[in-house]
Amino acid sequence: MQPFTTLTAIAAPYDPINVDTDQIIPARFLKYPRSGGYGQFLFHDVRRTDDGNQRDDFVLNRPHFRDAKILVANTNFACGSSREGAVYALSDVGIRSVIAPSFGDIFYNNCQKNGLVPVRLDAKVCDHLRAMLAAKPGTELTVDLHQQVVIEPDRTTHAFTLDAFGREMILKGVDELGLSQSLIGEIETFERAYQTQAPWVVQPPRTI
Amino acid sequence: MMPQLPGADHRGCGLSLRRGHGRLPPFDRRINQRVNQAMSTARTMFDKIWDRHVITRRGEQCLLYVDRHLVHDGSFHAFSYLGERGLKLRRPQQTFATPDHYVPTTSRRAEDAATEEIGRMIGTLARNVAVHGPVSFALDDERQGIVHVVGPEQGITLPGIILVCGDSHTSTHGALGAYSFGIGQSENFHVLATQTIWQTRPRTMRITIDGKRAPGVTAKDVILAIIARIGAGGAVGHVIEYAGEVFRAMSIEERLTVCNMSIEAGARAGMIAPDDTTFQYVAGRPFAPHGAQWDQALRDWKALPTDASAKFDREVSLDGNALAPMVTWGTSPEDALPVNGRTPDPAQAADATARDKIVNALGYMGLAPNTAMTAIPIQRVFIGSCTNSRIEDLRAAASIAKGRKARVPTIVVPGSGLVRKQAEAEGLHRVFLEAGFEWRHAGCSMCAAMNGDIGDAGEHVASTSNRNFAGRQGKGVRTHLMSPAMAAAAAVNGRITDVRTLG
Repeated sequence: MQPFTTLTAIAAPYDPINVDTDQIIPARFLKYPRSGGYGQFLFHDVRRTDDGNQRDDFVLNRPHFRDAKILVANTNFACGSSREGAVYALSDVGIRSVIAPSFGDIFYNNCQKNGLVPVRLDAKVCDHLRAMLAAKPGTELTVDLHQQVVIEPDRTTHAFTLDAFGREMILKGVDELGLSQSLIGEIETFERAYQTQAPWVVQPPRTI
Repeated sequence: MMPQLPGADHRGCGLSLRRGHGRLPPFDRRINQRVNQAMSTARTMFDKIWDRHVITRRGEQCLLYVDRHLVHDGSFHAFSYLGERGLKLRRPQQTFATPDHYVPTTSRRAEDAATEEIGRMIGTLARNVAVHGPVSFALDDERQGIVHVVGPEQGITLPGIILVCGDSHTSTHGALGAYSFGIGQSENFHVLATQTIWQTRPRTMRITIDGKRAPGVTAKDVILAIIARIGAGGAVGHVIEYAGEVFRAMSIEERLTVCNMSIEAGARAGMIAPDDTTFQYVAGRPFAPHGAQWDQALRDWKALPTDASAKFDREVSLDGNALAPMVTWGTSPEDALPVNGRTPDPAQAADATARDKIVNALGYMGLAPNTAMTAIPIQRVFIGSCTNSRIEDLRAAASIAKGRKARVPTIVVPGSGLVRKQAEAEGLHRVFLEAGFEWRHAGCSMCAAMNGDIGDAGEHVASTSNRNFAGRQGKGVRTHLMSPAMAAAAAVNGRITDVRTLG
């Protein structure tokens, strides 16, 4: 996982509310291994015409936004299906941060596991950022994960929070498995207590 | 009474007095009582389940013990991660695998999958099962089915547990009084490797519906009405507890339908307090406790319901007497209205965002503003999915299909091999076949539309599933969500139909 500290990059606006992860990556692409790259599937059916050509009017197809590494979206972004393919697809085209007023909870977690920074900002701020990006295509924003701020070109800053544990993982570019494995003693102690007090949970009957 | 301590906010990870006591036994009543007395804090059912599962914490994140882990044929990334790191499945006896997303519904043979690529997904799960040894219900096992149907059916889902699965509709299992939520593949991997998961504590929301449902108003209508009311993002960051007379009066299968669609309101999970209905449902199921353990479990489960004075972060209430059969018109589950309603008019929208949303949704659906829902023709019908594929759903659909004929292609896909068997024992399959419905084998089928069961572009599909997203049931397909009885009514009329008019 690539660490993330501070990124200054072109940001693209994406206006719809309640964008579901089926739009971000249609189900028929989920069966493919990650090794083939998921970027080709990103927003596939909204990004392309029926014959597979890229639609000129889709924001990420427009010349100024092709190299965007930040997406500014709207309320309840990436709701619906738990498919982590939505994060793979965003990551594989180089998107490192998504800014929105709110996210689907599962997507929000999935982002953090892949070093993609989900930034919650007030809906009015997001409206303002999207309007600015649409008016001046190619504008760069800065996402500073250390300071937990988004910075506009005129130095206006917007504070956000990501919980300390999740932030540390992304800053270091590691997942939490190493930490969890180091806690195996605590997990086993917990399990032993459970075995005594709720044996049906830890040792379900096998009736095969 | 002591004031609540700073940092004891129940939105935090756990009770502050327990901080530093990472090794508390989960069920130690003595300590829980002491904590409760000191805190004077009445707890919600969610709080009780969460607190007893906290192993340790870092900042706002808690390491939670996972009691049950369900995996399916879409969980292959998680198994790949396990393989890449040379790790084993830590708790095979608490891990349950069944293929559902990619399975053919025309037979029980992987070779009959729509494409070779799709069929391969079933083989991949079978290989991962062979390597790691979870409890498995393979394609040729009559217990195979949609994970969210199999879990409750087998007694894998129990009150008071934490259950996770790499599928957003894992919220289903909360119907039994579990805390149960969908996760991604990275989290899935972490659970396979450690039987634990890092989570931040969600907020709590209680949705209370008192009163009595009118005839023809099903659990599906109740949850669609809730989502229409609070919105597709209305419960983001929250766990919902459903309370009140309407839910108390529901069967477990109806409660499963309600909790299933909690995610469509953005909720992390949905829950209903266990009661005698729950205990009767669970008793005797293969993986449920029995004998002395059953008695022990029952005592524990009876203490789970929310304390009378517990506070929720949000309270919402609806009038159960006022609910009607619901149907969706647009491309989000929140786009639901009573079947005797009309599509919205963008000219009446509250603001530009709402107007754009209506215009786009009507455009995708090929519908004009102010169209009567019952005037919308239907070209295909799907009865199935983790929302509505249980025996009571099939009985409801069959009661409408009986003595009538489908006007459009209609498939009935039971939620598990055992549901199919039960339906056949009751003769429901004959009712469907005589009505011209297709009688299929268990799987997710047209809900996830990953197995090749899809509609054609432009078709209006009456569906008992949970998502009417653009392209969900095939590119360009226009999905209308509704109950099983309403879907059967649409099948025999060839248009959206108020089931109450069929008699």
